[in-house]
Amino acid sequence: MRHGQLKLTTSGDRDLVMTRVFDAPRKLVYDAHTKPELVRQWLLGPPGWTMPVCEMDVRVGGKYRWVWRHDTNGTEMGMGGVYREVKAPERLVSTERFDDAWYPGESLNTLVLVEQGGRTTLTQTGRYESREARDAVIKSGMEKGVAASYDRLDDVLAATATLR
Amino acid sequence: MQVTHRLDAIFAALADPTRRAIIARLASGQASVTELAEPFAMSQPAISKHLKVLERAGLISRGREAQRRPRQLEAKRLEEADKWLERYRRLWEGNYQRLDALLEELKTKERKPR
Repeated sequence: MRHGQLKLTTSGDRDLVMTRVFDAPRKLVYDAHTKPELVRQWLLGPPGWTMPVCEMDVRVGGKYRWVWRHDTNGTEMGMGGVYREVKAPERLVSTERFDDAWYPGESLNTLVLVEQGGRTTLTQTGRYESREARDAVIKSGMEKGVAASYDRLDDVLAATATLR
Repeated sequence: MQVTHRLDAIFAALADPTRRAIIARLASGQASVTELAEPFAMSQPAISKHLKVLERAGLISRGREAQRRPRQLEAKRLEEADKWLERYRRLWEGNYQRLDALLEELKTKERKPR
């Protein structure tokens, strides 16, 4: 496999951190996160969802608006926020708030891209307003599109599985 | 306990590196408090505190052996927590696999500009 495995960790009380390697230069990975026509091709969540609204004004103070719709039952889920830092092609900081929020307040998302030998390591950090808010996101699972994992729990579970 | 409360306790218990290490150790078999304290530069009371948190979350239990009271892993509880994590992994891995495919396309386009 040329791409890396998705790694999920928590950091401190309020952060969720995702790391993943992509077999592409970071300019392309950055484009895929900042150009609406590219974003709506991959940021879709579970099968059956499309992204009919994908508006992004990528500059400091600019807004973005995303809406997903379920093909068959028509359920919609929307969110949006404001860009706080824009530093192509390495760093993007934005706020995030869901229309139908299930966690208090908003989160601050930081995307960092580091390129090495033509491959790009993506680190996406979500900082929530409180530990309770972050843990609510964790528990929301797939349905709401965001959640988290804990450091090395994978290994622990793998070790447990081999015992049986 | 309700499912969400139970998950709260599980996730809170697993948020600590020492407790994760204890879980990892117990995954390879039951152990006494003394044995569990060994690899950590920690007093037994400190370890006992961590064990209490894990016990309350239902992640470990005490064995029958009267003298040692070895702790053992409750694998079912871990699986419960993992169900949530697995959903999450699937979701984002799905997104990122689509992104992999998209990046391949973009790379090809860059190599052969129209």
